[in-house]
Amino acid sequence: MIQIKNLHKSYKMGSSSLHVLKGINFNVEEGELVAIMGSSGSGKSTLLNILGMLDSADDGEYILDQVPIKDLNETKAAKYRNKFLGFVFQSFNLINYKSALENVSLPLYYQRIPRKERQQLALEYLEKVGLKDWATHLPSELSGGQKQRVAIARALASRPKVLLADEPTGALDSKTSYEVMDLIQKINEEGKTILVVTHERDIAHMCKRIVQLKDGVIIEDKKVDQVLASAHV
Amino acid sequence: MNSLKVLFDRDTWQEIFGSISKNKTRTVITVIGVLWGIFIYIALSGAAKGLDNGFERQFENIAMNSMFVWAQRTSIPYEGFKIGRSVELKLSDIEVLKKRVPEIEFIAPRNARGVFGGSSPLVVRNNKSSNYNVYGDFPVYTKIATKKIYEGGRFINEEDIKYKRKVCVIGERTQTELFEKDEEPIGEYIRINDIYFQVVGVHKFVPGGGFESDGDIFIPFETYRQIYNSGDNVQWFTIAAYDDADVVKVEKDIKATLKRIHRVSPEDERAFGGFNLGEIFNKIVGFSKGMTLLSLIVGIATIIAGVIGIGNILLISVKERTKELGVRRALGATPSEVRNQIIVESVFLTVIAGILGIILGAFALAGINAATADLTDFPYTNPTVPIPFILAALFIMVFLGTLIGLIPAQRAVSIKPIDALREE
Repeated sequence: MIQIKNLHKSYKMGSSSLHVLKGINFNVEEGELVAIMGSSGSGKSTLLNILGMLDSADDGEYILDQVPIKDLNETKAAKYRNKFLGFVFQSFNLINYKSALENVSLPLYYQRIPRKERQQLALEYLEKVGLKDWATHLPSELSGGQKQRVAIARALASRPKVLLADEPTGALDSKTSYEVMDLIQKINEEGKTILVVTHERDIAHMCKRIVQLKDGVIIEDKKVDQVLASAHV
Repeated sequence: MNSLKVLFDRDTWQEIFGSISKNKTRTVITVIGVLWGIFIYIALSGAAKGLDNGFERQFENIAMNSMFVWAQRTSIPYEGFKIGRSVELKLSDIEVLKKRVPEIEFIAPRNARGVFGGSSPLVVRNNKSSNYNVYGDFPVYTKIATKKIYEGGRFINEEDIKYKRKVCVIGERTQTELFEKDEEPIGEYIRINDIYFQVVGVHKFVPGGGFESDGDIFIPFETYRQIYNSGDNVQWFTIAAYDDADVVKVEKDIKATLKRIHRVSPEDERAFGGFNLGEIFNKIVGFSKGMTLLSLIVGIATIIAGVIGIGNILLISVKERTKELGVRRALGATPSEVRNQIIVESVFLTVIAGILGIILGAFALAGINAATADLTDFPYTNPTVPIPFILAALFIMVFLGTLIGLIPAQRAVSIKPIDALREE
């Protein structure tokens, strides 16, 4: 599903430049649930941004579902993002003046799906995350865990190939975190490829594979025995 | 083409309504800016137009380039005549004036009783009587000052002059005062200074300017001459120059010619009096043109200020919505979709504000109109704004709205989604 070869990225900081990713190589198969771990500054967020086409690599190869991702202009990147990727952010990033339903149907709007169908689909995904009854609520009326579940529904609504989650539990208490992870695991069980960036060990161990980043290189890449989040709930 | 499609897409509007209705304060403030601008524009240019119309109404019954000329006393001794000699205009002056001053289109000699000194003659019908001013006129007078005659009647004609007929045109007030309510005055007789005159017409009085009133009675010049024994004397000339003539120069030429005829010193400024409507009218036209121009400039400047306000507030709102726009981009909004959304928001707000402003402005003008409707002295009539002005204003607003919307839109597009999302 994802092939990355020799990925480099550096940021210019005034006169000096910061080499953040120093040759990353890794592949993700379809249906995997991968945790990308590392302390802050290890380059894990940068890697996720590049995977999410929010940022571009300086060098190296990135192939997503047999499509080489390179030389993207903003318009094309937007289309690819919409088609291939679903994002889940640490701070949820819901649009605060739109209801849960409208938030979930937003990526479908950018896919030019007709309104009726869009709402139908959005409602389905809200149901999937257990928030059908909250469809008309604004994000401010939802708890943190509910917000993240709406965000996950939104990420899923566009039927992406890959779900990218950047610290999805970073803003949540552990109980809610496990609930969210439980949801992520369930989605993964249905065959969705998911990448989770986290620095929490227990969260990482709820994935099937852990990729450890340090100073811009992968220092460890191992399959783990998945801990079911439902056991903690 | 793509951006046009956006305009007819219901979803686009859904998004725009969503974003502007959820940012109410911003929307209201923005709208007020432009609304005020267009309101000022409409109110001012309407008021200027009303003033314009008002002046026009004051002059509607008289030719714009006309003047009155009358004789007074000399103020300079000349050719053996001593100072203070009173001069009389004569009928024979007409031919000379026409020859010497080719710019004259019409010249109407007039005599009157009760207007400039002297008492108004007593007019009697059956047991009713009153005093009215009586004018001796030629038919040509109506070429200079329009007289609206009620249906069935007529003004004095050439035959009346030729046969010195005893016919008269009476005023509306004369009719109501001398005749019964449902009585037809045409063909009836009234007594002016104990001479019977047949009524041939009733003139509608148009208020504004001049010394005429709704009680005036017009009789043929020749009849007047006979009754009052005025000989060749003429109290004053009403003169209309051709449209393209310079009325100031025409007045000067006429006076110079009259001075020569009546052997008055060319330097004598007092021998002949004149009232030049054309000159005054030109000044008023210039004034109201200036007013219109001023109101246009002020109005458009205010609109521009309002639109710039919209741009400003949208710019702030783009900053506020950085994150939202970043999320939209991450979810697959293309830069052009984001740009279009901001621009359409800008134009939409501008146009809504503009239309509200036009409506409010129209109400204000209607209010002013109602308040001034009864004031006949105040030159203010039917304040309107021509449709092209409004269309131009709308066009300017859409154009500026787009232009000003480009700035925040460009700002919105230049935000990288990654930076937008990172911003906490």
